[in-house]
Amino acid sequence: MSDQVLQLRKVCMTYGNGANSVGALRDINLDVSAGEFVAVMGPSGSGKSSLLTLAGGLEKATSGDIYVENTPLGALNINELARLRRRAIGYVFQDFNLVPSLTAVENVALPRELDGVPSRKARRQAMDALRSVGIDELADRFMDQISGGQRQRVAIARAIVGQRRLILADEPTGALDTASGDGIMEVLRHRADAGCAVVLVTHEARHAGWADRVLFLKDGRIVDQAAQSYDPTDLLELPAN
Amino acid sequence: MSIRHSLLALLHDQPMYGYQLRSEFEERTGSTWPLNIGQVYTTLDRLERDGLAIKDGDDGEGHVVYRITASGKAEVSQWFAAPVVATNPPRNELAIKLSLAMTLDNVDVEMLLQAQRTASMRNLQTYTRQRREAAKSDSNDSQDVAWILVLDSLVFGAEAEIRWLDHCEGWLRKHRFRTSKSPASHAAEPTNATKEPTR
Repeated sequence: MSDQVLQLRKVCMTYGNGANSVGALRDINLDVSAGEFVAVMGPSGSGKSSLLTLAGGLEKATSGDIYVENTPLGALNINELARLRRRAIGYVFQDFNLVPSLTAVENVALPRELDGVPSRKARRQAMDALRSVGIDELADRFMDQISGGQRQRVAIARAIVGQRRLILADEPTGALDTASGDGIMEVLRHRADAGCAVVLVTHEARHAGWADRVLFLKDGRIVDQAAQSYDPTDLLELPAN
Repeated sequence: MSIRHSLLALLHDQPMYGYQLRSEFEERTGSTWPLNIGQVYTTLDRLERDGLAIKDGDDGEGHVVYRITASGKAEVSQWFAAPVVATNPPRNELAIKLSLAMTLDNVDVEMLLQAQRTASMRNLQTYTRQRREAAKSDSNDSQDVAWILVLDSLVFGAEAEIRWLDHCEGWLRKHRFRTSKSPASHAAEPTNATKEPTR
């Protein structure tokens, strides 16, 4: 078994037919392993969001194969795909997509309950997830009683609840101020360090700087990538504390 | 960078000898701009010549200690009070290279932009990681604070550079100004391969 949480093999996505078809993604190969934080950058229309949509099984690729935790998405029927998404994949959106009439802990517990987990256990798992993003004390607040940055933390808690190992975040800081945006990056970084595979789509270089690897998309292709070097001699020169 | 004023500002804090001044300067700026000890002694000679510092005996181990004078203190106050104004745009190799690339034939500008963006992003990742490590200590020590602020400055600088590269690419796409006409033989050598700042 591979330690890759997400794998894309020769993935193409085309919208429309014949002369009117538009290629959103062409021949994408990508591996994201457990504990890795990958950022995807590129101009509007380069295919960033399409890549995330396909990786999350929300759309079907025109060709190629996508594996989430070694399961080929193309081989699953609708119900199996929905089950895999609830079990393995967490989404974080720019506009949070939280239910305003539910409290923070109820929002986070919701996907577990939909997955048939008894509500007491779901709540316990939701509290664990809220704790891991640093806002368990806000568990009983409603969405209009907390700030934008706190709402996005609730959304991340919902994305990771129940041991989901793949987090897909689409411009999660778009609606936040700079300090809250940095806080969200810190949470995503911690999640990756704790063993999740994180894929972040962003147009903010500052946020991509938190990633281990940055992919540059252009016209549906990966044209380059920047990976951090971890030269041990550099690390020795970091502050001792 | 004014070494003269930086050393004088450190002497304002307390009398010091040459090596001490160098290590204080490097500690407070995260060794981002390493100083040659020869530069330090030349600068101390000039500070003494200009009446801004004087020799003040030795420390008992043979090191000549320098002390700031009243004129030196006034000079430091003036330096901190005056904003840094660049009367001419600083020489920016990347801006020069790109301006030339956009107006010369046989240069693949898009490739040049991408190679530079990748290099700048790698710098940004390194600075961000070091910033994260530095912030973990949660210290109020003035040297740690200075190091974090230097890293912030590097992060903002790298971010600005990438934004500018994105802007150039957007401009290029909009105007379709001679893009990738021919694969350039000299397109992808990124400028500013910054060394990882050390401390």
